[in-house]
Amino acid sequence: MTTVAEIRERASKSRRWGWWYVTELRLREMRGYISYVVTSSIGNPIVYLLALGVGLANLVPQGIEGVPYLVYVAPAMLMSTILSVGAEEGMYPVLSGFKWHKVFFAIHATPISPGQIVGGFLFHLMLRFTFTAGLFFAAIVAFGAVPNSTGWLVIPISILGAYAIMTPLAAYAARLEDDSGQFALIQRLIVMPMFLFSGTFFPISQIPDWLEWIAWVSPLWHASQLGRVASYGMSEPIWTTVTHLGVLIAFSVVGAILMHRAFVKRLTK
Amino acid sequence: MPPVIRAENLTKVYGDLTAVNGISFEVPRGESFGLLGPNGAGKSTAMKMIASVSARTSGVLEVLGLDPNTDGPAIRSQLGVVPQEDNLDQELRVAENLISYGRFFGMSRADATARATELLEFAQLTDRAKAKVEPLSGGMKRRLTIARSLMNDPQMLLLDEPTTGLDPQARHVLWDRLFRLKERGTTLILTTHYMDEAEQLCDRLIVVDQGAIMAEGSPAQLIREHSTREVLEVRYGSANNAVVAKQIADVGDRQEILPDRILIYSDNGERDLAEITKRGHHPTTSLVRRSSLEDVFLRLTGRTLVE
Repeated sequence: MTTVAEIRERASKSRRWGWWYVTELRLREMRGYISYVVTSSIGNPIVYLLALGVGLANLVPQGIEGVPYLVYVAPAMLMSTILSVGAEEGMYPVLSGFKWHKVFFAIHATPISPGQIVGGFLFHLMLRFTFTAGLFFAAIVAFGAVPNSTGWLVIPISILGAYAIMTPLAAYAARLEDDSGQFALIQRLIVMPMFLFSGTFFPISQIPDWLEWIAWVSPLWHASQLGRVASYGMSEPIWTTVTHLGVLIAFSVVGAILMHRAFVKRLTK
Repeated sequence: MPPVIRAENLTKVYGDLTAVNGISFEVPRGESFGLLGPNGAGKSTAMKMIASVSARTSGVLEVLGLDPNTDGPAIRSQLGVVPQEDNLDQELRVAENLISYGRFFGMSRADATARATELLEFAQLTDRAKAKVEPLSGGMKRRLTIARSLMNDPQMLLLDEPTTGLDPQARHVLWDRLFRLKERGTTLILTTHYMDEAEQLCDRLIVVDQGAIMAEGSPAQLIREHSTREVLEVRYGSANNAVVAKQIADVGDRQEILPDRILIYSDNGERDLAEITKRGHHPTTSLVRRSSLEDVFLRLTGRTLVE
């Protein structure tokens, strides 16, 4: 007969390391589509850089804000790539875990708590974002598009930006009963406009004033501006820089709290 | 020895719906215990509370001497769970499904791998160890889910509708595996709406309907208490069953008139059949059989409908 103390003791390892076991599972699952991750992580920056850095840059020989066009656009392209990975990871993989493959329910039947599932999911994504951002960064360095030594900061900034977009989407996906076109709608009405109006390819001063608010609520714009500060020392008032950082942290933290709540609710119904 | 489950007035309410309405029961260690009832009776909800993933609305629940509300993870470390719908990881191969699951219980990779090899043997899936999950047959997926639930060598195994959707052969293979576990002394808790499954596997069961317990006992006990020894089934065609039933209403102890047949309950079905035939009511088909839990259930739910 097992005593109560023994039962608690047996669960203690999972209570401490559960989040890591979840990360481990996600990494193991990734082996199935690792070639997609690697190919897209290498292919994306190269295609972008050739098209924009070499192609479009010829149309803007004078550069933007005192730097060559490639230098201007490179950090924002990195952000846009990592944030779109974030948006992707916040939708289908979350709903699938509840709805189609129900893997989250399988995990929750073990000593692992909903909080650990969220933690492991987020930590795995940090590794995923770091990998893709690292390769992208290597590519823009190779193209000579990162003049400053603080340029590597674009990697942590992109991870924060990806969380800022991913966690609110995951909180939403975890509450969805089914996908009857919501994801496609989010993609078209929220994600796409955000990518177009977030000052990725040109400064937001170029878009009409009445559309500028999109940039202000867009994690991508804040991440891109921060990336430019780190990458080539774009000059802006310090309070603006702090605001960018604050907005990204706020999105991520509030998003993670909502995501945790949604997971608890769905798993313990 | 204290019971492995103790429920007292256990209740779960979802908004306006009372899914489980004050049920009380105890399950001793090593018993094979069933929750029998139609779809929507509250069986799965009760299972979720026992599995310590869903909090009760009121009442008392103790699993392995612990309260699921405060010791959920600790309880879950001792349980094996086979959910109604397979939730295997489609991204992983068969053996990996087991190994990664073992990790959730804090097993080392080496231990989990050794245990997985053992359990694949038990589940008759050794030759599929490296296969993808998706193309496996329904029966194989179920056996894999059962193997997965045994990774942590659980004190108690919870099975929610373990054979629903399987063909008869796959069901028998599965029952055989579950029977072996029962012989080894694993406590089995299962829900089912198949009466034959309950008869095969359960030492004791509760009949649940609309969230409440309607009867409790061993299959034999329930049949003895709520039905007769034998049942005579006669068919006269759907248009005539009700008409004939009126004319033979005095035959047997009790009758149930279903749309497709008449069931006559008594201790001697052959005698009743002879009596009916003597009166000139030749059925198109007839069958004398022993009473089953099916009859118990019919009797019990018939009562609730009348109430």
